Amino acid sequence: MAKDISTGYEPLTSIEAVTSGLATVGYISTREISTSVFLAHGLRKPILIEGPAGVGKTDLAQSLAKWLDLPVLRLQCYEGLDEGKALYEWKYGKQLLYTQILKEKLNELIGSADNLSQSLGKLSSFEDLFFSEQFLESRPLLTAMQQPAGSVLLIDEIDKSDEEFEAFLLEVLSDYQVTVPEIGTIRANVPPIVILTSNNVRELGDALKRRCLHLHIGFPDAARERMIVQARVPDVTESLLKQLVSFVQGVRETDVKKRPSISETVDWARTLLLMHANVLDENFVRSTLNVLLKHESDIAAVSKEIPRLVREAAGPDKAGRTSSGYPDLG
Amino acid sequence: MERALTNFIRALRSSEVRVSTGEALDATRAVALIGYGDRSLLKESLGCVLAKSEQEKQVHDRLFDLYFSHSESTSKSDSHSEESQAENGESQPAPENLIELMQSGDEAAISTAMERAAEAAGIDDIRFSTQVAYYAQQIIKQMGGEGLQERLLEALQGREPENETDAQELIDIRRDLTMRARERAERAFDIFGAGETQQFRDDFAAEKRLSALDRYDMERMKTLIAKIAKRLAVKHSRRRKKRNRGQLDTRRTMRANAGLDGVPFNVIWRQKKKDRPKIVAICDVSGSVAQYVRFLLLLLYSLADAVPDIHAFAFSHRLKPVDDILADNEFEQAMTKIIREMGMGSTDYGQAWSDLKVNHESIIDRRTTVIVLGDGRSNYGDPRADLFREFAQRAKSMIWLNPEGRALWGTGDSAIPRYLPFCTQMSHVATLKDLERAVDEVLSAYG
Repeated sequence: MAKDISTGYEPLTSIEAVTSGLATVGYISTREISTSVFLAHGLRKPILIEGPAGVGKTDLAQSLAKWLDLPVLRLQCYEGLDEGKALYEWKYGKQLLYTQILKEKLNELIGSADNLSQSLGKLSSFEDLFFSEQFLESRPLLTAMQQPAGSVLLIDEIDKSDEEFEAFLLEVLSDYQVTVPEIGTIRANVPPIVILTSNNVRELGDALKRRCLHLHIGFPDAARERMIVQARVPDVTESLLKQLVSFVQGVRETDVKKRPSISETVDWARTLLLMHANVLDENFVRSTLNVLLKHESDIAAVSKEIPRLVREAAGPDKAGRTSSGYPDLG
Repeated sequence: MERALTNFIRALRSSEVRVSTGEALDATRAVALIGYGDRSLLKESLGCVLAKSEQEKQVHDRLFDLYFSHSESTSKSDSHSEESQAENGESQPAPENLIELMQSGDEAAISTAMERAAEAAGIDDIRFSTQVAYYAQQIIKQMGGEGLQERLLEALQGREPENETDAQELIDIRRDLTMRARERAERAFDIFGAGETQQFRDDFAAEKRLSALDRYDMERMKTLIAKIAKRLAVKHSRRRKKRNRGQLDTRRTMRANAGLDGVPFNVIWRQKKKDRPKIVAICDVSGSVAQYVRFLLLLLYSLADAVPDIHAFAFSHRLKPVDDILADNEFEQAMTKIIREMGMGSTDYGQAWSDLKVNHESIIDRRTTVIVLGDGRSNYGDPRADLFREFAQRAKSMIWLNPEGRALWGTGDSAIPRYLPFCTQMSHVATLKDLERAVDEVLSAYG
């Protein structure tokens, strides 16, 4: 019945299609990521993405929505988040206002009644009017269910929410339906693609994990990171790109509290570009290190290593250039 | 291939990756979508559906490589084996076939035959490494090894020179066959048995007396303690808030409903915050108890998620805080340091209490659970039970973990009977299980 409605998921035909599609909106995917997206659609299951901060977990959802041209509904989790903020709420104010406005009408109606039970009957039929969809304030979860062509539902940082909320999510995620006691069950005609992200602040419950596909996004390798920076900061020169990425990769191997993530690499690339740096220079690095590292002690520790890291970042690159340069000279 | 998937899931389960029936169904659907064609794609897809954490993913990837390493060779020569299956029917294959097969050197055909024999021998039921030899024997038997044996005996009894070369050839074949069968059985053990053996050893270690553990067990205990700590942390890191229904929070209700003309649509109840656990561990590190201290501290410090507020003191003669030592060093080094620094000298509980009273009195308040780990053997010194009583009254609870059995309490120089009346609880802690139970009880009191 509802199958005839054209959904926004049609481009999700194969894993390769996912990779190339995401690339068109500037998201450099890996095969692992594309596989999970493809399976999530195929099996109609949410994806639970884990991994360090700033590796593109949230970005995957945004890019997916952008590529498929679907609305993205974001639910940011925090301690104390409840159904009222996640699912729906009654528009109390509006209800109140309408009753005030309709007070006289109400009086008329009830006034015409002969006895108490009759007026009560009239009043109760009236109440149903106030608890209709018109007065329903839908929050991200409900909105996602109501999208006619599907949507991408992003439940961000689920590990920050309470366990009660996690349990409540189970119904939504397994059946793609929500129950509003006064109205009934609202079912999604086209289930949304659900993406949950977690930073592992708290261990998630088994029940929730079992309903999701699991995807771990870690720090990217040098090649992928270069592609990402290239996509985000197209103006950066080839040689600087190579150097800065291998510098960041080198920093990740040192013993720092908070390892720089992709978003920090991108920020750093932008910073270097602003400073018109063409090659990675020790002084440039020293003065912009605070973009890359967020802890005082980390900056101090890496500062000592800068000469070595810069040398290493430039090293293999130079070697590569000379070896490829020889035939030209000859 | 359905069967291969089911067995693979069984292998995962035996290696502590919990795969539910629902997930198994998902895996089947995923395979239907992906197909068996691309091996690495299959690995990624199954990993995404079946594994639910980074750790499980690693187990999955390792098992996948082990498990599907033989499936591949089977599927390649499936058509091949179908024919031979049809020829042989279900009966025991004749030794000629086996000899011919082994002489042919056709790797695909040999491994297919071996796969079938292994399946017939029920190799997936292997659980312990000691069963490898038995299953290898069963595989050979299924392949018609008995006939081979007879043939070999005949050849050895023959007098002709060609008999001798025949025999030599048969011996080579048999050796080759045994080796292959053994390899196959070992691989099955790696897939199906290793996880369960691990589980068995863990259970065993958890019930072993802590003082009787040797070096070899230490590494296992560390991972075991990490597991216990995780279990306890998950259990106790729930939100420490409880709605206290029935008590209206007037102030917050009025504020929340100010926009609604003061009509209280949203009613807000008073909330009662539960205390966060605060633990002070006081450990006797004299020779007889030091081993227990190691485990208690390791467990407590692995619990950092659930219990951020932990302080530890160690003493034998004089009492000193050890938080800094534990924070700055690797755990093993820290323990060595603590024992070297504090563990010398004769045990004096009375001195320890007065040190605590003089230097660190304020650390114990009404939210604190004090855990004392010691045998209470104070070398006949004054036990200073008066001070101990004072601490007990001040603290939320006073838990004494005693490595000695109840029968020994109060014998010789044990001052336990003097302390016992003031303890909320005194329990005998001999194994890791006891330790887990004790810490669990402490944390539950904060629920």
